[in-house]
This record gives sequence, C-alpha cells and structure tokens, in this order.
Amino acid sequence: MKTIELEKENLLTKTNTMSGAQALVQALIDENVNLIFGYPGGAIMPVYDALYDVEDQLNHILTRHEQGAIHAAQGYARATGKVGVCMATSGPGATNLITGIADAQIDSTPLVCITGQVHSHLLGTDAFQETDVIGISMPVTKWNYQVTRAEEIPEAIAKAFYIARSGRPGPVLIDITKDAQFEKLKYSYQPFKGMRSYQTKNNLNQDQLRNAADLINSAEKPMVLFGQGVILSEAEKEFKTFIEKAGIPAAWTIMGLSALESDHFLNVGMLGMHGNYAPNKMTNECDVLIAVGMRFDDRVTGDLSRYAKQAKVVHLEIDPAEIDKNVKADVAVLGDAKESLSALTELLQENEHLSWLQEFRKLEHEEHETVISEELRPSVEALSMGEVLHEINKNTKGEAIVVTDVGQHQMVACRYAKFKRSKSMITSGGLGTMGFCLPAAIGAKMGQPDKEVIAVIGDGGFQMTIQELGTIFQKKTAVKIVVLNNEFLGMVRQWQELFFDKRYASTTMANPDFQSIVKGYGIAAKKVTKREDLESAVSEMTNHKGAYFLEVKVGKENNVFPMVPTGASVSEIRLK
Amino acid sequence: MKKRYTISVFTENRVGLLNRVTIIFTRRKINIESMAVSDSEVENVHRYTIVITETEDMLKKVVLQLEKQVEIIRAFYHEDEQIVYQELALYKVPTDILVAGKEAEKIVRSHYARVLSVESNFTVIEKTGHKDETHALFNDLKPFGILEFVRSGRIAISKPMKTLTSIIEELENNIK
Repeated sequence: MKTIELEKENLLTKTNTMSGAQALVQALIDENVNLIFGYPGGAIMPVYDALYDVEDQLNHILTRHEQGAIHAAQGYARATGKVGVCMATSGPGATNLITGIADAQIDSTPLVCITGQVHSHLLGTDAFQETDVIGISMPVTKWNYQVTRAEEIPEAIAKAFYIARSGRPGPVLIDITKDAQFEKLKYSYQPFKGMRSYQTKNNLNQDQLRNAADLINSAEKPMVLFGQGVILSEAEKEFKTFIEKAGIPAAWTIMGLSALESDHFLNVGMLGMHGNYAPNKMTNECDVLIAVGMRFDDRVTGDLSRYAKQAKVVHLEIDPAEIDKNVKADVAVLGDAKESLSALTELLQENEHLSWLQEFRKLEHEEHETVISEELRPSVEALSMGEVLHEINKNTKGEAIVVTDVGQHQMVACRYAKFKRSKSMITSGGLGTMGFCLPAAIGAKMGQPDKEVIAVIGDGGFQMTIQELGTIFQKKTAVKIVVLNNEFLGMVRQWQELFFDKRYASTTMANPDFQSIVKGYGIAAKKVTKREDLESAVSEMTNHKGAYFLEVKVGKENNVFPMVPTGASVSEIRLK
Repeated sequence: MKKRYTISVFTENRVGLLNRVTIIFTRRKINIESMAVSDSEVENVHRYTIVITETEDMLKKVVLQLEKQVEIIRAFYHEDEQIVYQELALYKVPTDILVAGKEAEKIVRSHYARVLSVESNFTVIEKTGHKDETHALFNDLKPFGILEFVRSGRIAISKPMKTLTSIIEELENNIK
C-alpha cells in the first residue's frame, strides 16, 4: 500500500507544478544522486527547505566550511567514479568553493557544484552576498551556467551532469538566483542527450592505431607511462592486457596510481620529481615511450628540452588539447583509453622484453640500497614517514583507500603505499591543494563505506581544514587519520635546505596538542613518538571500528629522495 | 618565429562565452590585437574573428584549448594569404577643411574613402581596407586635424574551408 502511494506521489511530482528549488532537488534524485555535501546560507535557503522533505532519498552532509564540502565531493567522486555534488550559498559560500573547483578542473574530477545567487533583479548591484561566481569560476570550470528562471532548472541540471561526467571529466557550476528557486514550473526530466559543440566520442583512427602498433611491435626498449585516464575510462583491465601482451614495463603518475596493482611484475613505479629512480632514468633510455591517459605535467617531465628526446612518443589521449601540448607525439591516438587500448592490443604481437626489464631491476636495486631500505627501516632514532606507510601496508594489505594531503607525506605515501584495487589513491595532483585530505577522506568513506579509508596528512595541511573533524563527529564517519608530524612545512623546508641555504623562512610550526583537539571531537586518538609503539598503534587504528586519529612524530628534517631538482632532466634524478 | 594570424571561432550564442574565449588568451598573456564578433550564416552560431601575433606552435595550442570549451563549435586559424579580410575606419574631421581648401578633398578622393555624413561643423569619412590603408588615410588627414578616429576589428573570410553548414551538419549527426 505504502509503495503504491509512494509511486503515485513520484508520478505526480514528475508532471506536477513545483518550485524551482523542489525541481532542483527532484532533478538530483532523477540523476541518481543520493549524497551531497554543502553549507546553507541566505541565497540557497529555498533549496535547503526542499531538501528537508527528501532527506531519506537525498542525504545532505553539512560540512564545516564550503571548501570542506567541495573536497568531500571530490573524494566521493574519486572513490566511486560517480559525479560528486556540492552546494553553497552566494557570495562567500560560492567563493569558498573556488579552490576545490580549480583542483577538480586540473585533476579531471566530475563535479556538479550548485550555488545560490541573489534575486535576479539585484544582479550587478553589489547586493548583500552577491558575487559574480559565473565570472570567477569561468577559468576553472569545464562549464558553468546561471539559472534565472525556474523552467531552466531541469535541463540545466541534466546538462551539468552530462558535461561533468563525459569526455574528459571536470567540474561544472550551476548558479541559481533565489527568485528562480521560488518560482513555479511544470517539472519533467529528461537526461541530456548531447550537443553539437561538445563531442564526447570520436571514432578511432585506424591509421593512428596501426602506426602506434608498428612502433610498439618493433620497439626493443618500450616503456609505458600511465595516468588517471586509465581510471577515468575504467580501462584497468584493458591496460593490464595491453602491457602484458607486449611485455612493456609501466610507470605511473600519481594520478594514475592504483590503476595497476603495486606488485604487478611490469609495474616499475612512480614517475616525476620524487618518483622512483628506474622509470625516471629509463625515460631517457627507452626507444618508444607510450603515454596513456596522462598529460606530461612539468612535475613528471622535468626539463622538457631534455625529456625522452631519443624516443618515439605514442600518446593515447581523450583530450585533443593535450596532444603536443608539452611533449610532441610521433603518433597520437585520440580517444577514450578503454577503446584505444583494446583496439591497439589487438594489433600487438605478443612480446617480452626481459633484458630491458632487467635494467629497471638493477636501478630499482640501487634505489632500494640507497634510499628505500633506510626509509622503511631507519637506522636512526627518529621515525620516518616511510616506515609509517610500511606499517599501514602490513595492516591493510593494499585493500585500503589512501587519501593524502600535499607535501612530503604525499610523496612518501605515493611512493610507499601499496594497492590492489583501482580508485584507491586519492590525492590532489595538479593543483597541490593543502587541506584537501581530511574532507576528501570523509567523502571517500561516505562513497565507499565498506572500505577502510586512511587519510595521511602533514601537520600543516591538517590545520588547513581541521574544522572538518566536526563533520566526522556529527556523521560518525569512520575515517582513519594519520598525521605525520614533523613540526615543519616539510616540503618547503626541504627546498629551503637544498636551494635556499637552510634559511627556514616561515616553515617552522608550533603546533597545538592535536590529541586534546581530536578528543574534543570524540575521536579515539593516539600519539606515537617511539618506534616500538608504532606497530601496535597502527594495528589498533585499523582494528578500531569508528574514526581514529594517529599522530606520529617523525624526523623533523627528513628529506624525500630521490629528487629531480627543478630545471633538471629526469635522468639527472638524485638519490641523495 | 612570431607571425600574425587570424583565428575564426564559431560558437553557440550564449551569454558569457566571450569571457571564456578571452580567458584562453589572457592566461597565456597573449595580447588580442583585434576582435570582431557577429552572427554567421547559420542561425544561432556566432563567429569571432581574432587577430594575434604568435608562434604557430603556441597558436595551435590556443586553438585546441578554444575548441575544448563546451560551447565552442570549431576554431580555425589562418595566415593573411589564406583569407580575404577587411577593416572599417571612421574619421571625424572639421567640415571646413573640406570646404576651404582643395587638399583634404583630394586626399579623401585618392584614398577611395567615402563621405558618410556632413554636418555644419564636422564630417564623417569612412574608409574600408587593410590596416595599412586606413592608417595611411589617417596619416594624410592628421595635419588637417582629426577630431575622432575609430577602427573596427578585422573581419575575415577564409579562402579554403568546408562550409560551416556542412561542418555543423556533421557534428549534429554525430550526436543523433
């Protein structure tokens, strides 16, 4: 009886007159959204009022700051592959979203951001909490649109989701004036079908594929670089088949991390500034370089004029604007990674490059002897960040989702965390947003409640969005927070040590007692200062049912190595 | 090497799109030398004609980043030889320079300029042509006193190109 009534009501709402605010909420439900992150305020109040009626279908998570809301939506999107949704009021609410929007834009994260706006008759008058969020967000959104009439809402929302998730994903912002939220409309919802000015799919070019296959088949020292494109197009299986068939060592960008399991015999590690020794060195040794769903970021390439000049470059990429942007491709295969990879694999001969792979192993061994073994089992008293990650790996066995902030601990986490499953590493790659981790971990946990989510944060970044402990407290979110505390802004300090004569300008941190703060939020907490306590503390953390805070005092002036100094070539990577 | 290029951008007719177009240039600190926006032969499709001086390598990246914008349909770039282009200039001069002496009148005639409007105290002269031509008339009139001068952005039609209608038909078929 109740179901029939509910269905009837649903039918009614689909054809009936309702307010713009109700239409927005209904459109989100019609897009299968069940979780949004946000913060209310004057210009978005009608929408919050409409949310009040549908709490069972559309769960709104109140964060403690709009930046927290958007990073949570990002974490949710990255952990689930779905579109993350966040909401804020006009003016300061909207401007507080901007950092997260820029982060999502550069890291291709599908987001729909909804902002309230002042009454349409007040637009441009410097009304209370008015800001031109369309203008401000234009450089950092994939698309944005201002709604001033209620009847525009269903289509604007359908289009927003379509644009956010298709092609190369990205953030979309919909700004809705308050009068449009109140105004009545006749609601009907149709998923968006596509537009002539935005083509999301292209037919694979057979010549490009054949040329790519020819290069790969005749290569003696091929090497694959993979990025987040593999994850975004859900091409993990196709990717693995591709490298296995051709027997090609594969190295990852931090955005591509977890697309291929860490212990795969062809996984040769991390690229870039603090990446592994072998893949950086071998970039300048290989004869064919195959880039899959990555964009040759400057942190990956180092000095471009001395980057893989000896190699023929094959670039598999969905975004035409990325081809030849930084590194000139000899063969570009334009298309979705999943389709390109399976078509390309068909054309490949089975191969293995054992002696070439052996060269990677030699360099891996060298890095292990010089850097890794000391990092994971330090001979000095001070704890290292690497040994904490090592301990986490032992407990989670590569099954956890690891979320990081930005800085030394991020590089260490990317280098040492082990993964078995895709979408398990969530980090702010392109923008390098400190404060990203804690809220992103909340979003990831809410998107994947059955997975262990471990937030690895430095003492600096933790304090940038520390207020989100309130969200964890209120929603009883069982995230595990590991703060690697060196009482420094470690990465900047490392640069000051190496390039600015140890002039530690504004990088020392006098930190409060994090234990007391966290306990105030009702979160179980422990602080580790000695090596002998680390193992039991990490296992206590992973065995704990609810949220847990583990603070580890690590060496104050530890550095992350290897390192490609700015302006150097990747093959000039320093082991110390 | 930097050269002068004309970029033609075809877009949906949408508020704010001009801003999205210019952002692509300003973020790379590229100066837009001129820009003209109008409708095109296809209903609801606007065209932007943008002139910049840049290297071809940089230009290609900019054009791809323009096309990447969701509501931009296509973007093309051309060198001067590949297009037919024109600019329009208006000159406001005191009427008495045309009445009193024959010299200014001769200049107007020799530049094939048109007189658009004659008032008792000023006359508006129109000259269409390339920048060097409108500029030459400016220089010739300058000694007589120019009260106001304005020149439009370049508008251009490319010589070799598929018709816009056929491009749009193709794109529309792709989403059917």
